[in-house]
Amino acid sequence: MKRAAFGHIGFPILLLIPQLAIIAIFFYWPAAYAVQSSFYLQDPFGFTSAYVGFDNYARLTRSTNYINAARFTLIFTVLVTFFSLALALLLAVKADKVIRGAKTYRTLLMWVYAVAPPVAGLMGVMLFDQGNGNITALLERFGWDFTVGVNYWDTAIAMMVVSVWKQIPVNFIFFLSGLQAIPRSVREAAMIDNRSGTARFWQITFPLLAPTGFFLLIINITYSLFDTFGIIDTLVRGEPGNNPLTLVYRVFVDGFRGGDLGGSSAQSVVLMILVLILTIVQFRFLERRIHYT
Amino acid sequence: MADLTQTRVAATVTTPTRPVRRIPWEAIGDHAILIAGAALMLVPVYMMLASSSHTDITIHRNGLQFGFGDDMAANYNAALFEYGGFTNTVNGMTMLGNSMILGLGFAIGKIIVGMMAAYAIVYFRLRFATLAFWVIFTTLLLPLEVRILPSYEVITWMNLGNTYTGLIVPLIASATATFFFRQFFMSVPEELIEAARIDGAGPFKFFIDILVPLSRTMIAAMFIIMFVYGWNQYLWPTLITTDETLFTLVRGIRQIMQAYADGSTTPEYGEAAALALIAMAPPVLIVVFFQNWFVKGLTESDK
Repeated sequence: MKRAAFGHIGFPILLLIPQLAIIAIFFYWPAAYAVQSSFYLQDPFGFTSAYVGFDNYARLTRSTNYINAARFTLIFTVLVTFFSLALALLLAVKADKVIRGAKTYRTLLMWVYAVAPPVAGLMGVMLFDQGNGNITALLERFGWDFTVGVNYWDTAIAMMVVSVWKQIPVNFIFFLSGLQAIPRSVREAAMIDNRSGTARFWQITFPLLAPTGFFLLIINITYSLFDTFGIIDTLVRGEPGNNPLTLVYRVFVDGFRGGDLGGSSAQSVVLMILVLILTIVQFRFLERRIHYT
Repeated sequence: MADLTQTRVAATVTTPTRPVRRIPWEAIGDHAILIAGAALMLVPVYMMLASSSHTDITIHRNGLQFGFGDDMAANYNAALFEYGGFTNTVNGMTMLGNSMILGLGFAIGKIIVGMMAAYAIVYFRLRFATLAFWVIFTTLLLPLEVRILPSYEVITWMNLGNTYTGLIVPLIASATATFFFRQFFMSVPEELIEAARIDGAGPFKFFIDILVPLSRTMIAAMFIIMFVYGWNQYLWPTLITTDETLFTLVRGIRQIMQAYADGSTTPEYGEAAALALIAMAPPVLIVVFFQNWFVKGLTESDK
């Protein structure tokens, strides 16, 4: 709040009403509804529902589908986060270093940000297609019979490749701006102290980039958990079957295909708690982040 | 690695009369990595573009193409103007229009609502300002995907299924723009409002005549990010629009995939590639042309 803030009462309330109304109706109500439904069991047609306590949650722990999805989500998140961060960091360090063509490289490496995940997924479907996919054909030369949609891990790899491809630009933009924020004096001092480029990177640049990296870590985990829905949905062609699925996709499948409101809501609540933990970690860190810069 | 840097340092110290010419291996390596990265980003989309100029049969036999064929006009014509879908009432132009409505409606709505709320929180002595702040910022914690089914139920209950309102407004229920503008307003010098108040400007005048013009760059940056975000929405439009006349381009991709999964006839690859290109062109062009604003908005908002 500003020192010389206005003392009016009516006007600011008027300003706040649209925002508060929208989040009350479309955020708090559904969120509360999810928590409530997670304790009820509904018949598939939604006519009756009975209070079942924590039964929906207990059902999750017994469901092999759910446990498989949880396991896959973990692997998927770790790998997608790692590879998209590592590749983006490599590219950002190089883009920060070169003198010629720096702007062109920046443009060429960031525009994919604007490609929608399902559009990226569609490209993946075509490139990894069993019959005529270009990448499938390439892999076949190396003796790898790549079958997306049939082999569990082949499908998983295709999903991860597309997800990493789609996420590199965001990470690249943040890493590059983080690198450019490192003061010239620090760089020059490092140049004098340490002649090895690799050592300079690990001892000076990398620690200075740590705050950006940590922030991106959270962003990438959130991305892998939620924003990859479009990629997964296109790669499995809307047919879950025995394909690898993430937790968010299970919420969708169980809720909309299975008509299991209670189970789906319980899954939503589990995800909510997961995101809450992530955000708390992030906020705690952001407070500390000030000391770095 | 070590002596390479050494030679570089040495090269800068030598007198300019006798320039040392060595092959800059390190710089070549850097460029090679960057070019490989750029190619990784470009090639798949280029192949889609090239393939959108071929017949379905060619793609069906040989996969995506590198060279251009003769069917570009036919494919884009089919993608944009040929009516299809279950009810035969939707074509590419309808979807393009809907994507525009979603992108613009979402971006404009979010910016207006967000700026108003941020102004109220930063510039007024409200007793419940802190409470309002927390009520609003809790929404940053939970993305729509997490509460997708209950949101759907609420929308259906309100009879907002298959309406633009139902499509756009629930997506606005997250405080990213409010947070962004709050951060910006906090950084606006204190003297500005003091001067304005001495000159007798009321809260409305101060907002419209001083704060909004001052925020122009921020609004532009936010607009680009939000437009792209809105345009690229997939899960929510998939659930909320079953009426094909309300489909967006990105939602239309799902229809392509279902035709693909059918497997009864040769999928319309050429048309699908064309539609994918049409779906990605507007957001990509905006990001490329306004990249300075876009990068500023993205890195300063911390998402």
